[in-house]
Amino acid sequence: MTLTALAFYAFATILLASAVRVITAKNPVHSVLFLILAFFNAAGLFVLIGAEFVAFILVIVYVGAVAVLFLFVVMMLDIDFQQLRSGFLQNLPVGIIVGLILAVELVALVALHYVQPGAGVATAAPAAAVSNTEAIGRVLYTDYVYAFQASGLILLVAMIGAIVLTLRHRAGVRRQQIAQQLDRKRSDVVAIRKVPTRGGV
Amino acid sequence: MGEYLTSLWGDLPVVVRIVAAILAIVVPLLVGMAMLTYMERKVLGAMQLRQGPALVGPFGLLQPFADGLKLLAKETIIPSGANRMVFLAAPMLTFLLALVAWAVIPFGEGLVLANINVGVLYLFAISSLGVYGIIMAGWASNSKYSFLGGLRSAAQMVSYEVSIGLVIITVLLCVGSLNLSKIVEAQRTVWFCIPLFPMFVVFFVSALAETNRAPFDLPEGESELSGGFFVEYSSMSFAMFFLGEYINMILMSALTSVLFLGGWLPPLDIAPFNWLPGPIWFILKIVLVLFFFIWVRATLPRYRYDQLMRLGWKVFLPFSLIWVVLTAGVLVYFDLLPTT
Repeated sequence: MTLTALAFYAFATILLASAVRVITAKNPVHSVLFLILAFFNAAGLFVLIGAEFVAFILVIVYVGAVAVLFLFVVMMLDIDFQQLRSGFLQNLPVGIIVGLILAVELVALVALHYVQPGAGVATAAPAAAVSNTEAIGRVLYTDYVYAFQASGLILLVAMIGAIVLTLRHRAGVRRQQIAQQLDRKRSDVVAIRKVPTRGGV
Repeated sequence: MGEYLTSLWGDLPVVVRIVAAILAIVVPLLVGMAMLTYMERKVLGAMQLRQGPALVGPFGLLQPFADGLKLLAKETIIPSGANRMVFLAAPMLTFLLALVAWAVIPFGEGLVLANINVGVLYLFAISSLGVYGIIMAGWASNSKYSFLGGLRSAAQMVSYEVSIGLVIITVLLCVGSLNLSKIVEAQRTVWFCIPLFPMFVVFFVSALAETNRAPFDLPEGESELSGGFFVEYSSMSFAMFFLGEYINMILMSALTSVLFLGGWLPPLDIAPFNWLPGPIWFILKIVLVLFFFIWVRATLPRYRYDQLMRLGWKVFLPFSLIWVVLTAGVLVYFDLLPTT
């Protein structure tokens, strides 16, 4: 029990500290690395409440795929730090307003008892007999099959959109056509000619 | 004596037992990794009609230890333009991730450090983290060759993870559990490499790409990137990458034998085969897969980068997707779905 509590405080502390570092780090690459650390600790918290499937999916999807792409883009940026800081005062009011609204909403949510300690655990309790991978599988493809398919469709549309936006066919680029290469026969491309001396082909 | 030892073991505090178990995995693993570099050089030597290392110790067996000592004695160089923290963290991360994955590998019946229900997902998550060590090294070195190597590697590992995921799904469909011990138990009648042979091949090739081995060793590509993402590393920080890479190779071989070659199970459950204990069978299978890794390296030239991406996305991905659907269809039609 104490070990669990210790693990909880360790994960929670590192999570909050790295979340703060995400927005305070000067170098955007460091920000992304701290974001990854935050994701990882959030996964640790999931494991502690017994949701190991969600925890590992979080690591696989967010840390393993999404954050890699973040890092990819951020590493390629050519950042001028002076310019980055120049708009700070101008953007400050907007940032404060958005932050305040979020804070008020969060406080209202907790204060009005929509989220209570143990509120989420109560609904998950009946599934305790089966492993939570199985529990999720059972409802995901039966009760929530339309929602599941719809989210798949949305992702597909987003994927097609991304490909359409970035795909361009440049003229004059020679691409490898593997089917064509395999299809080529010797008789199509090699011809044996009799060349008369000083006559040429 | 045995009973006394078991009771003594039970009396030890939990922390001591866990540390002892971890050491019992990590120490043989490091020795095994050293032997793997020796085996690689010997096998490559034999395939190229050379001798390989033969001078240090009997048959050159001590060569890897001599190499390790040499690396320890070298100076650690940190380039002046490098990002110090990230530069030093990258090799540690690679090495650490290569080791923690072993926590869930079952070496025999009940012989596993953490027998968790989502063992396969754990391995998949850890291997998807492996890309960070390389990306961080590539970026923090502040050198264009490292950076290109890091980018290549990131794209490559993310691409092949997709097909590895689908291959794992086909296996899981036949088992009905994410627990690695249960996956091995499910292969008592027939190893999965026989009914799922095409998936076995796809998995092996993806494992080559995932561990950045030849013919997919583009992140290192010495002829074009002068060494890839670890050009700037020296001494122990280089050794960490080297260790991480080879331990990952052993890990992928272990995973191949757990998923497809029946883990610790003997090929046939009859007299001469079941005399050998399970862990020995497991190690033999790992060595066999590793031999294939080395054989491929000795045989095939390096892929071109666009061909690598084409193979991953346009060949393996649709192929393994079709196999997932096919396997599921066959299992449902013949009512073979595993019940838990």
